[in-house]
Amino acid sequence: MSFPLAATDVSSTPLWVIAGYLAMLVALGALAGRFFRGTSKDYFVASRSIGPFLLLMSVFGTTMTGFALVGSTAKSFEQGIGVYGLMASWSGLVHSAVFFLVGIKLWAVGKRYGYVTQVQYFRARFDSPMLGYLLFPILVALVIPYLLVGIIAACKTLQPVTAGMFPQTFASTNGAVPPWLTGLVVCGVVLSYVFFGGVRSAAWANTFQTLVFMGTGVIAFVMISRALGGVGEAGRMVLEHAPEHAAREGLIGKTQFLSYVFIPLSVGMFPHLFQHWLTARKAKTFRLTVVAHPLFIAIVWVPCILIGMWAAGLAAAGEMNVPNANAALGRMVSVLVHNDLLTGLLTAGILAAIMSSLDSQFVCLGTMFTNDMVLHIAGEKRFTDRQLIWLARGFVVGIVALAYGLSMALLKVNVFDLGVWCFSGFASLFPLVFAAVYWKRATRAGAFACVLVTAAVWGVFFYRDIIVGAGGDQEYLVLGMMPVAFIFAASAGSLVLISLMTRPLSDAVINKFFMNAGSQSE
Amino acid sequence: KAPVIIGVAAVVLGILHQDFWWWEDTSLVFGFLPVGLAYHAGFSVAAALLWAAAVKFAWPRRLEEWADESGEG
Repeated sequence: MSFPLAATDVSSTPLWVIAGYLAMLVALGALAGRFFRGTSKDYFVASRSIGPFLLLMSVFGTTMTGFALVGSTAKSFEQGIGVYGLMASWSGLVHSAVFFLVGIKLWAVGKRYGYVTQVQYFRARFDSPMLGYLLFPILVALVIPYLLVGIIAACKTLQPVTAGMFPQTFASTNGAVPPWLTGLVVCGVVLSYVFFGGVRSAAWANTFQTLVFMGTGVIAFVMISRALGGVGEAGRMVLEHAPEHAAREGLIGKTQFLSYVFIPLSVGMFPHLFQHWLTARKAKTFRLTVVAHPLFIAIVWVPCILIGMWAAGLAAAGEMNVPNANAALGRMVSVLVHNDLLTGLLTAGILAAIMSSLDSQFVCLGTMFTNDMVLHIAGEKRFTDRQLIWLARGFVVGIVALAYGLSMALLKVNVFDLGVWCFSGFASLFPLVFAAVYWKRATRAGAFACVLVTAAVWGVFFYRDIIVGAGGDQEYLVLGMMPVAFIFAASAGSLVLISLMTRPLSDAVINKFFMNAGSQSE
Repeated sequence: KAPVIIGVAAVVLGILHQDFWWWEDTSLVFGFLPVGLAYHAGFSVAAALLWAAAVKFAWPRRLEEWADESGEG
């Protein structure tokens, strides 16, 4: 069995499909902007009016990045089907647990006291303005690389797809749309809707983007499996040429597999997800998100894992050349399907997955700078509500410009390895939010110890991996486990130990945040 | 009782997620799906069912009313 390479004629169809997707996104953003109520509460938390379907789509879209399509296929190409258990089913179990146990509680506290950011909550919960000054730069520093990975991934996704389309205009990039232009368009489109409508526009856009990337993943799966003679034929081909990819032995260690359970806890501390939680109309709005989220993960990940496994089989059989794992999905589409419309749709899907996280992160950082820094320092009465909105918009523009500039400067640097470190950092801070919600005995000193110890231990492992290169080409493991397992243990241990050694918070603070109810369930 | 049962079920699911049976097995179920992938895809469905039970039987009581009460700060 052999698979002919696509014709070398360059079609502009993929670019038109992508342009169509971006135009629809701008139009949707403009429509969402018309529903903007002109208040800061609407800009920051959509007046807490988002219903079940929009919450599900915005939370899922924000959680899934371009990694869900491209990265999952690449990882499966390298490590086989175990990647699904490693990342997807762990996430399905843990994400919903966090939404149920932490998200709903924080929504209630946020609504009761009018919070719009995590830092506002932690400052009040631990009765410490200083904790906010410590936490703020850490949260921002962990979100920024996550932003850069998204923008750079968008640039690198579009370049091979448009190669040869503009031989005169962009000769230096082999006729492809250059990264500076892709980055500019992606940032500009996202800015066009979050600038005017804030988090409400982001929620609307996320819903559209999530439908796009879920749909394109399924379409790609169907067309690729057909080209391989059906899913059964594709499976048998893998067993013949790369059987190790259909199991986990030899590709993923058992303790490594277990330690991945910590990574999805990061959703408990993502500031942009916290903001989406606060947009819910009522507590029961969360029900659909809690139940459907694991199923949505499966819908996106199972097809991509199979495509990656099939690509490994084809590569092992010598039927297809895959220059690097990240090219696996693109190669499967271009070699097996060579359909310009599908190439355009898939690229739009990847951009949708990337942009559905970018928009929430941009508006979240603007919200944080406005509320946690300017408003906190200058005082709440210093600005009118209208001035507050324009202040937030100014910060959003500044953050978009900074992210664009940084991503262009770091275009040739491999920032993708930073992704897992961002997740590890957020996940290791999870004990802080869990204790804040459930443990009355957690103290101010315990919270400080938790954040400082997390930063220190994270810094040591980060230095060993990224600066020293202790992991080499492989994933950096400590005693066969992800470093996050040790950072998390240090974080939780220091929080508990120091809290037990120091004076509890006053009854006034505790009573403010804990319902005085006998039973917590019905 | 319900939150305890659901909590125990979540821990049991977490332990079983480690897969003690098909770690090295490369056989295909339904003629195309590696058994290890089918096992963990089943976990996605199990997670949805578990949390559906949680929202049905262990929903935080009076949370809505508490959130709607007049705040301070």
